[in-house]
Amino acid sequence: MKGFYSRKLHSLLGVIPLGFFILEHMLTNFSAVEGGPQGFKDSVAFLNGLPLVIVLETFGIWLPLLYHGVYGMYIAFQAKPNNKRFPNERNLRYLLQRVTGVIVFVFVIWHLYETRVQVALGNVTHEELGGVMHHILTTPVFFVLYLIGVIASAFHFANGLWSFMVSWGITVGPRAQRVSSYICMGLFVITAVLFTWSMFAFRGSEFQAEGTALLETFRILIG
Amino acid sequence: MATAEPKLTAKRVKFIITRQDDPNSASYTEEFELDYRPGMNVISALMEIQRNPVNVKGESTAPVCWESNCLEEVCGACSMVINGKPRQACAALVDNLEQPIRVEPMRTFPVVRDLVIDRSRMFNALKRVKAWIPIDGTYDLGPGPRMAEKKRQWAYELSKCMTCGVCLEACPNVNEKTDFIGPAAISQVRLFNAHPTGEMNAEERLEALMEDGGIEGCGNSQNCVRACPKGIPLTTSIAEMNKATTKHMFKRWLGV
Repeated sequence: MKGFYSRKLHSLLGVIPLGFFILEHMLTNFSAVEGGPQGFKDSVAFLNGLPLVIVLETFGIWLPLLYHGVYGMYIAFQAKPNNKRFPNERNLRYLLQRVTGVIVFVFVIWHLYETRVQVALGNVTHEELGGVMHHILTTPVFFVLYLIGVIASAFHFANGLWSFMVSWGITVGPRAQRVSSYICMGLFVITAVLFTWSMFAFRGSEFQAEGTALLETFRILIG
Repeated sequence: MATAEPKLTAKRVKFIITRQDDPNSASYTEEFELDYRPGMNVISALMEIQRNPVNVKGESTAPVCWESNCLEEVCGACSMVINGKPRQACAALVDNLEQPIRVEPMRTFPVVRDLVIDRSRMFNALKRVKAWIPIDGTYDLGPGPRMAEKKRQWAYELSKCMTCGVCLEACPNVNEKTDFIGPAAISQVRLFNAHPTGEMNAEERLEALMEDGGIEGCGNSQNCVRACPKGIPLTTSIAEMNKATTKHMFKRWLGV
């Protein structure tokens, strides 16, 4: 495929559907803050109750994620950052977009392995994921790694939305690009805060009791 | 003794110049110290070195090679990296520069010798995007359509581009790992597509930008617009061409 189309597709998939997915994920997690274990369970049950859920997952998450991730690596390693010579804010965001992209790539693989892959293997059920997250996030090292992954994801999403609007010719002039910068950086802060908030919620002891029996097997699995 | 005295107290200017003997040899730095003269710029300093090619150690050396033409920042030939920033040497006044003054070639381009670089890729890019207006015919085509004054004003700003290469040097996506055409040629597409006669070939230019190494290579670092010595709104041009190529893409898919 010609570079123009593959890059355009990469840009589009980052917002539709992946941008929508990250917002959906943020809200689902936040139900752990609002409703505790039961609230989170209900949200998970709602998502799993969607019709054709496996099709939605495949075409709405897995395939776009695979393409965006792999092509994104190609873009990231083509860059030759020059931030020391050109220390301006947009150039810093250019660098951060690529650095966070690589972090998110690794983080998403790890996070998927611990959650969705374990569900697929039958080691845990969707309803027990709250307990799995409790176990992971009460380990200080994993908590810090998750925090880095979550903040990187929030930045990559919000700043990616900014450059999406430039790349598709929506925000053209300097004023439009400045205003959209403020909006997108605001979105970054909101996304990062809401995700982090739910991470703290998962650390609560009420999530501990979730699926303890199966969690034991899982504990052995992830060490 | 009496004649040597003022020379010792006179203000001196120190240059650290990155040199390279031929396109394939390794680069090295050589230091020069010159007497200060009011109003001197990097070009006049290089001329001084050419007249008396003696380095700071007192060794006689080959004179430093560079390119320059207009000496008034309109031709773009003397672009080089001065104290870390790509710019025109003729407009780089010594009074405004921190010392020692470091002068390097713009290494994004192939170095021919010392500060001389080969900007052919920029001129090839202009050919690729057809940055001209075809008006030749076998008969008199008559006068073309008029251009609105308002449009002429912003288009004039784009026409100030002197193909100097500073925007390519500043761009983190123009490097040996990519074939990105660079900001200058993209802005020229906007200029020629804005012209009432040039507009008649607008689609050809847009399609050239949609080829490999075209507009998709932009990574939005926006260094180009900050580095441009002519203050050309390069990022606005890029976003405008993003819009035009996106529209053209859909038109091509849905129009046939």
